Amino acid sequence: MHHTLSVTVQDKPGVLARVASMCALRGFNIRSLAVGPIHQPGLSRITLVVDDVAVEQVTKQLHKLVNVLKVSELDPNDSLEREVMLVRVSADPGIRREVRDTAEVFGATTIDVGAKTVTFELCDHPQRLSDFLALIGHYGVVDLVKSGRIAMARDAKAKTKAGTEQ
Amino acid sequence: MPKMSGAAVLIKSLEYEGVEVAFGVPGGAILPAYDPLLDSPIRHVLARHEQGAGHMAEGYAHATGRVGVVIVTSGPGATNIMTPLQNALMDSVPIVAITGQVALSSMGNDAFQEAPTTGMAMHCTKHTFLVTDANEICDVVHQAFHLASTGRKGPVLIDIPKDLLVTEIEWHEPGPVDLPGYKPSRAGHSRQIERAIDLIMEASQPVLYVGGGIIAAGASEELLQFAEALDVPVTTTLMARGAFPDAHRLAMGMPGMHGTYTAVTAMQEADLLIALGTRFDDRVTGNPATFAPGAKVIHVDIDPAEIGKVRNPEVPIVGDVRVVLEQLVSALGVRLGDESLPDRSHWLETIAGWQAKYPLSYQQEPDGPVKAQYVIEQLLEATGGDCIVVSGVGQHQMWASQFWSFSKPRTWINSGGLGTMGFAVPAAIGAKVGMPDELVVAVDGDGSFQMTFQEMVTASTEKVPIKVVLINNGGHGMVRQWQTLFYGRRYSATDLSGDSPNYAALAEACGWVGMMVETPDDVGPALRKMLSTNDRPVLLEIRTDPDEMVWPMVPAGGSCSDIALGPEDL
Repeated sequence: MHHTLSVTVQDKPGVLARVASMCALRGFNIRSLAVGPIHQPGLSRITLVVDDVAVEQVTKQLHKLVNVLKVSELDPNDSLEREVMLVRVSADPGIRREVRDTAEVFGATTIDVGAKTVTFELCDHPQRLSDFLALIGHYGVVDLVKSGRIAMARDAKAKTKAGTEQ
Repeated sequence: MPKMSGAAVLIKSLEYEGVEVAFGVPGGAILPAYDPLLDSPIRHVLARHEQGAGHMAEGYAHATGRVGVVIVTSGPGATNIMTPLQNALMDSVPIVAITGQVALSSMGNDAFQEAPTTGMAMHCTKHTFLVTDANEICDVVHQAFHLASTGRKGPVLIDIPKDLLVTEIEWHEPGPVDLPGYKPSRAGHSRQIERAIDLIMEASQPVLYVGGGIIAAGASEELLQFAEALDVPVTTTLMARGAFPDAHRLAMGMPGMHGTYTAVTAMQEADLLIALGTRFDDRVTGNPATFAPGAKVIHVDIDPAEIGKVRNPEVPIVGDVRVVLEQLVSALGVRLGDESLPDRSHWLETIAGWQAKYPLSYQQEPDGPVKAQYVIEQLLEATGGDCIVVSGVGQHQMWASQFWSFSKPRTWINSGGLGTMGFAVPAAIGAKVGMPDELVVAVDGDGSFQMTFQEMVTASTEKVPIKVVLINNGGHGMVRQWQTLFYGRRYSATDLSGDSPNYAALAEACGWVGMMVETPDDVGPALRKMLSTNDRPVLLEIRTDPDEMVWPMVPAGGSCSDIALGPEDL
C-alpha cells in the first residue's frame, strides 16, 4: 500500500530539495516523484508517492516547509493517475509484428525501431503500465524509463452530479 | 533617493526590525556588511568563534524573548554555526543568522571559503533564504524576522553573496510579509476546547505536563491561573523550568530521565495528561509504549506536526498555548457555573505522599568531597534565587535543574533538545548582553566548559560581567555515570584530568577573576565573594566528587514505571 500526495509549492530555488530530503531524513521512502509548473504563475506541483508510512506525519512535515502551500492526499479510487513509460524491448525482425500487436492492444505507440529492438511509449494509469510491462517483458526489456506518477482529483462537480443521478 | 550598498541596506533592515545587538565574527565574504555596522546604533559583540556567536544569540533570545542575531562569514563561518542553528531548532529559539556567501558568479565553483550553506542549514533551520537580488535584501530580512518570531519560533538563515552586498541599490521599506505557505494558528478549535473541558471534568488523576512552549508563548500567568482553577499538579520539563513556580503547592518539578520521582510517577499513574507546548520527547517519555499508560491526552501545541508524532492525543488542539489557555479558562468558567470539579483531594494527597517519601536527595559529608548538588543549593541560597541560571550539558545541568527553585520564566537557559556541550559560557554572555541589569550565572561542567571557553575573552573585552560556577569533577561525568552503571565501570575516554588546565589561572589570563575551592566549607564564602565582584567576569572552580551520580534515573528507552532512585534499583 502506498499514498499519493499532491503538493503545491512555490517555485523557489531548492524547494524540490527541501521536499525530497525532508522525506529522506525523516525516513519516508519516496516511490515516485514528479514535478512541473501549474497554470498559476510561480507555482509548481509535486506528485509524491510514498510508502505506507504515517502519512499524516508526512503531510504535517510537508506543511512545515515554508514554500509548501497545499498538501492533499489523493484517494486512488477518486483520482486520475497517469505515468509515462518508454520501454525498449528485443524484437528481431521475425517477431517484430507480434511484439507490436501486443503493444497495440495497450495503445502503446512505437516511437523507435532499431535493428533488433522496438521502443514503445505508453501513457496510462500506472497499473496499466505494469500490466503492459508484464506482457511485453517476455520479449526481453533492454531499457526502461518512467516519468514518475502525476495525479489529480476527479472533478468534484462531476462526482456530485453522478451522485445525485443515482 | 540616494543609492546605498546592499550591505548598508542589510544593516538598515536590521535596524528597521528593532535589532539592538548582533553577535558575530567577520570574514571575507561578509566583510562589506561590517563597514556600515560601524555607523549603526546596533551593538556588535565580537565572539571568538562562530559557534560562540550563535549560542550568544540564543542566550540573548532566551533571556529577552526577542530575536537573537548572529552574523558570520561564508565557508567555515557558516559551518561553525550549524550547531547553534540545530540547537535553536530543537529548542524553538528565535534567531536570525546572516551568512556571507561567495559572489553569485563564483557559487558552485568551489571558490575560496565556499560552503553549501543553505543546503547544510536547510534541515537545521525553520527556513533558509539565499538572496539572489540585492533589491530583495530588506524584504528577506523582514520575512526572516517574521518566521523566526512567530508560530513555533526558531532559527532562520539568510545567505547573501558578497557581490550583492556591494551592489548600489535604493533603500525601501519592506513590503507586507508575503508567505502564503506560512499561516500559524492562534486560537484553538472551539469544539476541541469543549472536548478538553469534558475530559478535565471527568478526570480524577490529571497532570499538567508543561513544556517550553509556555515560556515561548509568554503564558506563565495563564498557566498559573489554569492550574489553580483546576487544582491540578504541574510538571515542568527541562525546557519549561521557570514556567511555573517550583515553590507552588502544585509544582512537582521536572519529569523524565532525571525527573523527580513524584513527577515521573504521577504521569505514569495519571488518567489525564494536559500537555501544553511540549513534544513528548524521549527524555521525558522513556519508552513511549509504556509512558503514562492509563492517561488520556489533551495535547496543545502551535506546531501541528508535534501532535500525534509520538502519542496520539484524545484531544488535539493546535494553537498558541497562551490563547488556548485563555480559551480553556473561559470555557471552564462557563462549565463550572453548573458543574463542579470532581473531588481530587485523594490524588493531591497521594502526590504529597510521594513528595514527602521520595524527595530529591544527596549526602554531603562535612569532610568529604564537595557534592555538585550542594553547590547548587549554596548558590541558590547566596543569590536568593534572583538570577538567570545558564547551564552547559551534562550532570551539572541536571543537578542545576533539579536543585534550583525557579520562580519565573526566562531565568533558566540551557540546551535541552540537542544537548550541546559548550552552550553555557556563550549563552550566558548573550543573556547578560540582553539583560545587563540581571545577575547571570553560568553553571558549567569541566567537559562542557572546555568546548567553548575561548569566549571568556569575549566576556572581558566586551565587558560582560557574567559569573561561571565551574563544577569540576574531572571528567565527562554523565558519560562516566553510564559507564559506571551500564559498562561495568570500564571508563573509556571520560577522564579529563581535573588538574589541567588550571582553570583559575586560565580565567585570570582572560581578564577574569579566577578562584578555586575544594572543600564544602569554602563553597558558600567563595560563592559570596564571586557574587560581590561585579567589575569583571568571575570564574569559580569547585572541585567536586567524580563518583557522584544523577538520581533518580529512568534508563534510556526504559519504562518510567521503573524509575531508579539509586544504583540498587537498576
